[in-house]
Amino acid sequence: MMSREHLVNAIVIALLVLVPLLALVLDEPYLITLATRVSILAMAGVGLNLALGYGGLVSLGHAAFFGVGGYVTGILASHALNYEPIMQTPWMIQGSTEMPVIWICAALVCGVLALLIGALSLRTTGVYFIMITLAFAQMLYYFSISWPTYGGEDGLSVYLRNTFPGLNTMNGIHFFAISFAWLLAALWLSSALVQSRFGLALQAARQNPVRVAAVGIAPYKVQLTAFVISGVITGVAGALYTDLNRFVSPSVLSWHTSGEIMVFVILGGVARLVGPLVGAAVFIILEQSLGGISENWQFWLGALLIVVVLHARGGVMGFLAPENGHA
Amino acid sequence: MSAGLVAEQLLNGLQFGVMLFLMSAGLTLVFGVMGLINLAHGSLYMVGAYAAALVAGWTGSFWAGLAASLMAAAIAGALVEMVVLRRLYRRDHLDQVLATFALILMFSEGTRWLFGAFPLYLNVPASLSGTVLLPMGIVYSKYRLAIIVCGMAVALGLFILIGRTRLGVRIRAGQSDRQMIAALGVDIATLYTVVFALGAALAGLAGALVGAIQSVEVGMGEPVLILAFVVIVIGGIGSIKGALVGAILVGMTDTMGRFLLPVMFKNFMDGATASSVGSALASMLIYIVMATVLIFRPSGLYGKPA
Amino acid sequence: MRKRTVNALGVALATSLTAALPTLAQAETVKVGMITTLSGGGSGLGIDVRDGFLLAITGSDDIELIIEDDQRKPDVAVQIADKMIQSDKVDVLTGIIFSNLAMAVVPAAVNQGKFYLSPNAGPSALAGKGCHENYFNVAWQNDNLHEAAGGYANSAGHANSFILAPNYPAGKDALTGYKRYYTGKLAGELYTKLGQTDYAAEIAQIRASDADSVYFFLPGGMGISFMKQWSQSGIELPVIGPAFSFDQGILSAVGDAALGVRNTSQWSKDLDNEANRKFVADFQAQYGRLPSLYASQGYDTGKLLLSAMSKASVNDADAFRTALEAADFASTRGSFAFDSSHHPIQDIYVREVVREGDVLTNTIVSRALEQHSNVYAAECAM
Repeated sequence: MMSREHLVNAIVIALLVLVPLLALVLDEPYLITLATRVSILAMAGVGLNLALGYGGLVSLGHAAFFGVGGYVTGILASHALNYEPIMQTPWMIQGSTEMPVIWICAALVCGVLALLIGALSLRTTGVYFIMITLAFAQMLYYFSISWPTYGGEDGLSVYLRNTFPGLNTMNGIHFFAISFAWLLAALWLSSALVQSRFGLALQAARQNPVRVAAVGIAPYKVQLTAFVISGVITGVAGALYTDLNRFVSPSVLSWHTSGEIMVFVILGGVARLVGPLVGAAVFIILEQSLGGISENWQFWLGALLIVVVLHARGGVMGFLAPENGHA
Repeated sequence: MSAGLVAEQLLNGLQFGVMLFLMSAGLTLVFGVMGLINLAHGSLYMVGAYAAALVAGWTGSFWAGLAASLMAAAIAGALVEMVVLRRLYRRDHLDQVLATFALILMFSEGTRWLFGAFPLYLNVPASLSGTVLLPMGIVYSKYRLAIIVCGMAVALGLFILIGRTRLGVRIRAGQSDRQMIAALGVDIATLYTVVFALGAALAGLAGALVGAIQSVEVGMGEPVLILAFVVIVIGGIGSIKGALVGAILVGMTDTMGRFLLPVMFKNFMDGATASSVGSALASMLIYIVMATVLIFRPSGLYGKPA
Repeated sequence: MRKRTVNALGVALATSLTAALPTLAQAETVKVGMITTLSGGGSGLGIDVRDGFLLAITGSDDIELIIEDDQRKPDVAVQIADKMIQSDKVDVLTGIIFSNLAMAVVPAAVNQGKFYLSPNAGPSALAGKGCHENYFNVAWQNDNLHEAAGGYANSAGHANSFILAPNYPAGKDALTGYKRYYTGKLAGELYTKLGQTDYAAEIAQIRASDADSVYFFLPGGMGISFMKQWSQSGIELPVIGPAFSFDQGILSAVGDAALGVRNTSQWSKDLDNEANRKFVADFQAQYGRLPSLYASQGYDTGKLLLSAMSKASVNDADAFRTALEAADFASTRGSFAFDSSHHPIQDIYVREVVREGDVLTNTIVSRALEQHSNVYAAECAM
């Protein structure tokens, strides 16, 4: 039996595949680019949703992972393209333009980063947690602007997308396939985690940390694990985003990026599986359509967001598939 | 490096800190009393600066502009509170962050819509223009000295208001127990609007004071907003005393870091690199300070333990 | 992202602009995509470039222009470029204001066979090793105005300059450019935080140094803040800057604090040539404000495009490129030619901020560098 939520989830995901296929037929390559962008941003949102939605860890610093993942791609690719090793002592480390290698590196680097930031930030709660995660992201932002090696404020161009065996990544639909596969993987991981014992402990730790501790589970460890997984997912999305744009710059580390990823999650529906996907899609559609109507489209976007917060709690998913009170 | 230069930099740090206090006081009050995170506080700072620049332009008087900044920011604050924010007090922080993020978009784009994309002009009044000679041979801008005095006066006034007046009693009661003051028959809705307007007016005042020596433009509030958040988090959210200590700490750290770090690095690298590396580290310094404070005191210096 | 399709003819410029239209070799339309900053910080520059460009192409019905706002965000600029190339199938791109956005868009665009005409940004990477046959810079290489300032400092007898700029690539290029021509000593060299608005700490250090002059590169609001605070500091040293901090759009916000400041520019409203007189008069008639440096650059970009269109079809890339290289148009700067890296060879002037009636503006004082090109061109293999 399929619940209404499952049905909505299936339709949303099917739509995301149909649009680029349709675009292929109609020869509208830009639509494929937009769908790819939605997939990648949605994946970043899926990462954040794990921490923010299920774990109740309101991070205003996920730009750190998104941006660092992006820079891992940019740095590895630029070294490989210039035939300069990244370091020679104590080990020889070469750059790479192989996507799988880059993804593993991005995941590792973001994982370690999330472990560090999470271990320190989880000592605080509530507003303090929001602000300390913001502070860590800002540190990286200012560092990336002033560190000249990789272009500073000018950013880093990759020129050609990195390669994946068997696919032509410069072909829009091929790259969409890669991004979409990653989104599905992230959604599956997120869904499996949430339903596992770990996921239940995480949600319990959000609702009542004392009780969780009383049954012998350390909330800190559960939350830290969730934060690291969340950071890794967002980081890999960042790595893909660099390949989409063939460019990375400090602006992906700015607090606006953190804010936008958060907007995807909230607009779509907090702690809903495909919420970030719906949110990212609605955001991109609004950006593309409002921009054509009014010069001051950001004003109207703001007004719309306020209406959503005030009158449509639960976001778009709350409207499409209302939760039946179990949460 | 002369003692006079160090003393002058300390004064600069104090002035920056005092300005940050004006911004942070409203933010921390609003959080303490209503439990609201207001990202749009920086927009009220911008409203103050724009009102001051416009009114000073029409009347030719800086002081009229200053008065207008207080009024405009307080009115804008009260309106926003009544139309949008009061519906968010019982919501979680997430909704508040999103709604006030949306307000930033509306304020910024709306201001650009009304007043155009170019910066406005606002200058220091003639009576405060120029410099004074302070002890130790420090030549210091009169206007910056006036900001320090004004900020200190506001801080004192705020402590008196909260510690000694009927409104202050209600605010303190609101901070400790929201249900109780309702039971005491205080009109909470009005109290909240007044508190919010007060915080907004302080932000508007900061915007106008700073607008005279900086650029009055759309988006001017955002960098200050983030600094103000750093301040109240270091000080402990809800604590006016914490905001004052945090503001001075951040102002001093930032100014002295920018001044001393490049000098320090010059001891072991060449001038241009030292300046660049020192400046990079200086721009990260306050965030490092904030993270350090939170790691050891997760509720800030004067915050109530969560 | 705001979108607007403007048929040049459809822009109802209700003036008596009868631009001396070249007889067109062919009647095909050229699709031009303009990506520029129209909202948020820095939008004043994009608006001026757009308005200058629109003014230049008034009367030509062979240009189909699409204008979109990049919000000063590199990733947004890349998306717009993708859209213009993939969906709108433009022939020529132009409009980007900021170097970091140009670095994000230009390499990919020119590698896909599109022409890019830069009306403002000129990062060194695109002038030297990264130069490209389809990339033309109509403004300057980023170092140029700073080099001119260094040259001017020598001739003004300054021997101990204090120099400062924001800590980002363009800031470092600026100080490097200044030092390339300046022969005196440095009283101090400071890099400030990008977006910094309070310069008390820096001004105190300038006061404590034994500098005889100050050179700063602080674009946008940073420069306004610095000048206002400088004028309150009571320090009486001569200040030099590039035109960016003293241009028409922001002078009114700086106010009297800017009076007397010497700044370097390849253009000024009082440059005495016919094309410029016409541009200044038409711009004022059309938009009711004085044109800025950026407006002149947008205008020259439009005129360059028209000149190439009158000689060759955009579908014949080689012929169109040759037509662009000839730069056969009446520039508002008087003499204008491209060097081997497709960057301008032009004179750079020293201007002084003066008051004319109740507006602040610039007047030319002297010529800092004559027929100046850029140092990176030697590395360009083209």
